[in-house]
Amino acid sequence: MVAVLREETLGIQSDADVVRVRQVTREFAVALGFRLVDQTKIVTAASELARNTFVHGGGGAVLLEALEDGARSGLRLTFTDKGPGIADVARALADGYTTGSGLGLGLGGAKRLSNEFEISSAPGQGTRVLIARWL
Amino acid sequence: MGEFLLVTIQVEMHDRLVMTLQDELTQSIVKHRARGVLIDISALEIVDSFIGRALGDIASMARILDAETVVVGMRPAVAITLVELGLSLPGVRTALNAERGMALIRQSLSASGRQDGGGSS
Repeated sequence: MVAVLREETLGIQSDADVVRVRQVTREFAVALGFRLVDQTKIVTAASELARNTFVHGGGGAVLLEALEDGARSGLRLTFTDKGPGIADVARALADGYTTGSGLGLGLGGAKRLSNEFEISSAPGQGTRVLIARWL
Repeated sequence: MGEFLLVTIQVEMHDRLVMTLQDELTQSIVKHRARGVLIDISALEIVDSFIGRALGDIASMARILDAETVVVGMRPAVAITLVELGLSLPGVRTALNAERGMALIRQSLSASGRQDGGGSS
């Protein structure tokens, strides 16, 4: 059974908040004993998704959860916004697809940097993206 | 040989700051007639797609302004993450540290100097 050891919710309404998400994700990862490379991967994924929440979702929030599942521990991040949503999720996940000024690597990149990835979105319904990385 | 600009990124880069860096750096290249730009990112704990793109843009802008850019000091964990993210920083030259970056710029400036002097193409 997955137990939540610690959780924190952060609002994402500015690019300063994106930086804050990176910092708190790092704190969680360090406290869980993630190696430096794994810290860097989850923090980078968090940065991509936090920026998506702010830029494309018009702001939102992230729930950070330190998890324990038997012998293994992990970090789960759930980003939610009430923005315009994504009409074609498969296309949004494809590298190089972008509606903004980015490289289109945000969603696909965050998925590659995580062990678990879930996305649910529909036009007008906002977007929810969940990633987890296990130690 | 013109001046070199050394940019050391010491703070957490939020997105607007990245854009400010781009603006100020291109102005400085022109103002100081710089031929080389070294960007030291050894203090950066992550490089995500936004920062990666900005580094590529800076290198392109500098090239148009006749300056060479070398990014130095990338942390190993950052390099590993960048590749997994799918970002290979095309068009951005990198070196292990500032000394090697400087050597790389000098090398390519003297190579282009010879080419100009020879009058060929």
